[in-house]
Amino acid sequence: MMKNTRVLSLENISKRFGSVVANNSVNIDLYRGEVLALLGENGAGKTTLMNMLFGHYIPDSGSIDVLSYEGQMEPLTLGHPQASLDAGIGMVHQHFTLAENLSVLENILLGSEKIWAWRHNRSNARDKITKIMNRTGLSAPLDEEVGKLTVGERQRVEILKALYQEVKILVLDEPTAVLTPQEADTLFENITAMTKDGLSVIFISHKLREVLAFSNRIAVLRHGKKVGEIPTSEANERVIARMMVGEETIENPRKKMKIGSPVLQLNGVSSKGDSTRTSLNRTNLTIHKHEIVGVAGVSGNGQSVLAKLISGLAEPDSGELLIDGKNIKYFSPKEMQSLGVGRIPEDRHHDGVISAMSVAENLIIERLHDKDVNNKGFLQNKSIKKNAEELIEKYDIRGPGIDANTALLSGGNIQKLILARVFECMPNVILANQPTRGLDLGAANEVARRLLEARTRGAGILLISEDLDEILELSDRIMVIHDGSLTEAIDVSREAIGLMMAGEKA
Amino acid sequence: MIRIEPREMPSKWWTIGIPIISAFVAILLASIPLTLAGANIFEAYRQMANGIFGSTFAFTEMLTRATPLIFTGLAATIAFRAKLWNIGAEGQLYLGAMAAVAVGTGLIDAPAFILIPIILLAGALSGAIGMAAPTYLKTRFGADEVVTTLLLNFIVIIFLQMMLEGPLKDPMGMGWPQSEPIVDNGVLPQLLPRMRIHAGLIIALLTAGLVHLFLSKSIWGFKIRAVGENPSAALHAGINVKRTFMGAAVVSGAIAGLAGVSEVAGLRGYLTTDLSPGFGYTGIVVAMLAGLSPIGVVISAIFIASIFVGADTMSRAIGVSSYLADLVVALSLICVLIGGFIARYKFIRTNKGNV
Amino acid sequence: MDILQILLTESFWAATLRIATPLIFGVLGALICEKAGVLNLGIEGIFVAGAMAGWMAVWFGFSLWTGLLVAIFVGGFFGLIHAILTVPLGLSQHVSGLGVTMLATSVSYFTYRTALPKVSSPPKIEPFQPFDVPFLSELPFIGPILSQQTAMTWLAILMVGLVWWVFNRTPLGLSIRAVGDNPDAVDAQGLSVYGIRIGSIIVGSSIMALGGAFLTMSAFDSFFFGMVNGRGWICIALVIFASWRPGKALLGAILFGAFDAFQVRLQTEVGAFLPSQVFLMAPYVLSIIALVIVARRAEYPRALLKPWFKGAR
Repeated sequence: MMKNTRVLSLENISKRFGSVVANNSVNIDLYRGEVLALLGENGAGKTTLMNMLFGHYIPDSGSIDVLSYEGQMEPLTLGHPQASLDAGIGMVHQHFTLAENLSVLENILLGSEKIWAWRHNRSNARDKITKIMNRTGLSAPLDEEVGKLTVGERQRVEILKALYQEVKILVLDEPTAVLTPQEADTLFENITAMTKDGLSVIFISHKLREVLAFSNRIAVLRHGKKVGEIPTSEANERVIARMMVGEETIENPRKKMKIGSPVLQLNGVSSKGDSTRTSLNRTNLTIHKHEIVGVAGVSGNGQSVLAKLISGLAEPDSGELLIDGKNIKYFSPKEMQSLGVGRIPEDRHHDGVISAMSVAENLIIERLHDKDVNNKGFLQNKSIKKNAEELIEKYDIRGPGIDANTALLSGGNIQKLILARVFECMPNVILANQPTRGLDLGAANEVARRLLEARTRGAGILLISEDLDEILELSDRIMVIHDGSLTEAIDVSREAIGLMMAGEKA
Repeated sequence: MIRIEPREMPSKWWTIGIPIISAFVAILLASIPLTLAGANIFEAYRQMANGIFGSTFAFTEMLTRATPLIFTGLAATIAFRAKLWNIGAEGQLYLGAMAAVAVGTGLIDAPAFILIPIILLAGALSGAIGMAAPTYLKTRFGADEVVTTLLLNFIVIIFLQMMLEGPLKDPMGMGWPQSEPIVDNGVLPQLLPRMRIHAGLIIALLTAGLVHLFLSKSIWGFKIRAVGENPSAALHAGINVKRTFMGAAVVSGAIAGLAGVSEVAGLRGYLTTDLSPGFGYTGIVVAMLAGLSPIGVVISAIFIASIFVGADTMSRAIGVSSYLADLVVALSLICVLIGGFIARYKFIRTNKGNV
Repeated sequence: MDILQILLTESFWAATLRIATPLIFGVLGALICEKAGVLNLGIEGIFVAGAMAGWMAVWFGFSLWTGLLVAIFVGGFFGLIHAILTVPLGLSQHVSGLGVTMLATSVSYFTYRTALPKVSSPPKIEPFQPFDVPFLSELPFIGPILSQQTAMTWLAILMVGLVWWVFNRTPLGLSIRAVGDNPDAVDAQGLSVYGIRIGSIIVGSSIMALGGAFLTMSAFDSFFFGMVNGRGWICIALVIFASWRPGKALLGAILFGAFDAFQVRLQTEVGAFLPSQVFLMAPYVLSIIALVIVARRAEYPRALLKPWFKGAR
């Protein structure tokens, strides 16, 4: 390859948060027109590094140089997104930074005009954006309220935002987490086209396959350090996996099991969501003992309503829901729990634990009327403590102690706490909603292991996940959810499921 | 450049020290308006202290003044722990007082040990309804309880005027809008001869103890704390959030109602429209200053009562407006807020870009 | 009792506008703060402060318009306190607002009482006079109503238009609307979340203070304790009723003013049958009912009440 111009240089970047080292002396270079993949498991420090590039954080030490418009490498003013934008750096965050009450055009305009101007210049902006949309093939309805768009559309708005600001360097944080396999392909096609125009791209990912498919070069981070860099042409899955994790990955074999009687049934269930797209429409689903049923699909297609129903937080508008053959008339989380439904919520901080309360308290929060917790209305502190000590041992929950605020635990340990709470009750039905999202490989493995154990024991598990690999690995049967309809996937290849996720026939 | 990071665990010393420091900072800051009003600062502070510690009478006056504040402080504490913003304690206090007067001015003829509990119960019930209604509107319709409880205060006070000019009016009152006096059997006994301090204080202290017990050791208290910290996680875990809110509302309103009973049946003897100079609102400051701790409320109420009583004395002695007390109370609230922030976060000085 | 007759009298509508004016200022001010994501419960106290400060400036010899500037400044000052507590420090917006109300009220009362020792009747100033707009006052029916209004009422109406323009036609308004929905979106575009929020709170509070100033400098001519009487809280309810839109805010304030003016007239008609207090309660009851009706479908600014810290991701 011809010697290319360097456009970005991160030198010896370090950052720590309290006692946690997020980045340790990381060096990254980026060349014009290339796609660099930043690979690492969750928690490796990829997002933190890019956040510093974009000015959300200030590195503790190190420097960043960017190629200026005059062709010189100049130091970047750190800690200000405006400075990064001025230097031509744009970022598409993993959690979209869009104002849902504003239109697409307004979101793109935001921050791009002088704030004290007496009025907008919308027609100019409209022209410019339309040109960009034509050139790149990315389109979005300019006057539609962002709140009404699908996840895929919102991502396109994010990219258009950056292109409108005329960025030369574009950072994408886990861009395919919310896309179907086909949409991911299209995205990278568009990106490749843009690199021909001189755009340089860094994309963050923890997925080996897509990193190999879509990048020119791969930089691997592990525990905050850069442990390797390799041109994609020379890389293969085993090599980069080893760099990413540092050791051989543990496999969780899924033994074939004979399924038992149905533990969860949805018969013709309809339930309203925020829009027709997110509502469930005459859904049928059956889960048996000793079975894991995976629900694949891009988020925003009815998963929340499905999860809410099984958690007891919503009622079906029509149809029936049966647990162990019993028709449920009264829906509440407490009712579901008492019927043996264990729930691992999607948002562990918001719905899973109460951060201001202690580990011990969070462990018994679903058992407030059990004899060992509740004595005539009063808390049994001694047995609550004992329970906590046993469970943190058994589930390897690491943190400052049973009386420490749960807020101090890492994401992985919070998930282990939730697992402890759910699995100790020996549930018959388990709802696992995005159970490994944001977890590092070790913790993710732990979750998978416990789910498989529960399956062996006899539970029926509903696994909702955006991670298609996880679904393929753990599920006995796969359903695909799209526009509120659940369909069983007969052809379980990636291709076929990907098409079903987008609503097309395989 | 200063960077802010949350502390690992809020230091115990800070948690107790902050309210105390805030209180003193507020008193010190009072010197500014005092000076601007042309007063001699030392004389002013001396008179304030005199008003609290100058004599037994002064001291018991302070405790008498603290009694309703303990009740309203506890009412705010329970509600705020559930993040239920009860700003209506003022109205609930009056509802309690009205119930006390409706029941205790001759409607029932019974010995004290029966009549007093009845009056207390009536007051508590009345106050409870006063908070239950807005909370019901919140759980059923999503109507923000801050606004509804605030507006209800005004409604209750107008209702009080109506009652005092109508059904509750004292025919022997020479035309003034006031109620008949509470019958002798219904009056809360005096605690010391020739002092105004009354049994309401004992009831208040008992209530504080009970609230502490229930909040920290009971399942019900656990639910209130859980719902206050994270209602969605609490809901997800099977806690009935609506019922918890209603429970907190009923108890909070009831205790605020008891404040009204205490003032009418223990101190004044009859009800007028100026029974409460804002005890309900001050109770909020009492609760915040106490860090939402029931035992802390007792101490905080005593402190705030001291400010008011001291300011009254100072005002009479050197002629400075007694609104200074309200100023100090407001400053204490703001100081304790800022103090709480300092306790939860630590400040790290960094050089540009480097640790 | 002829309702239609009451509705057709000029004095009724003139009274309506007069009652609505402080509410217009208050709702606009609260709306600006909340659109930016911060609830400002300091409104009641800021009303008192605006009323006292503006009045006192005139009492000490300054012009009415200078008095308004003083009120604006005082409102902005208390708004700044609330802004610092809630934005960079991220403290409870409820508690901070209540604290500011208590502080502003007590400072105002203390200052007034210290500057003017107890007198038998409250001292007066020369307030804003009714303002004759040359062309408009010739219009039938509307003309006499409008010419009974003072400059401050015109100011309030103009302010509705100004706020609407800023929100919907300027980049500044766009960033305020954005910051109340998703501060991360604003931050990622290089704008200062803290700056926009603090600025909005200060401006909103300044406008709130004008509402208070209207009471002492236009509707009446003296300051007395307890004169605000819950108007601030009513404005907080009306903001929700107005769906955080300036046009609807004007409508809501006028509707409320009409109702209040109506109940006063109703009292004179029906006063024999119902005690006056029932009518006095009516505005507050109405506010609660209005709140309950819209609460279910109210689309609160998404980021309202949620503190945002720079660098916390």
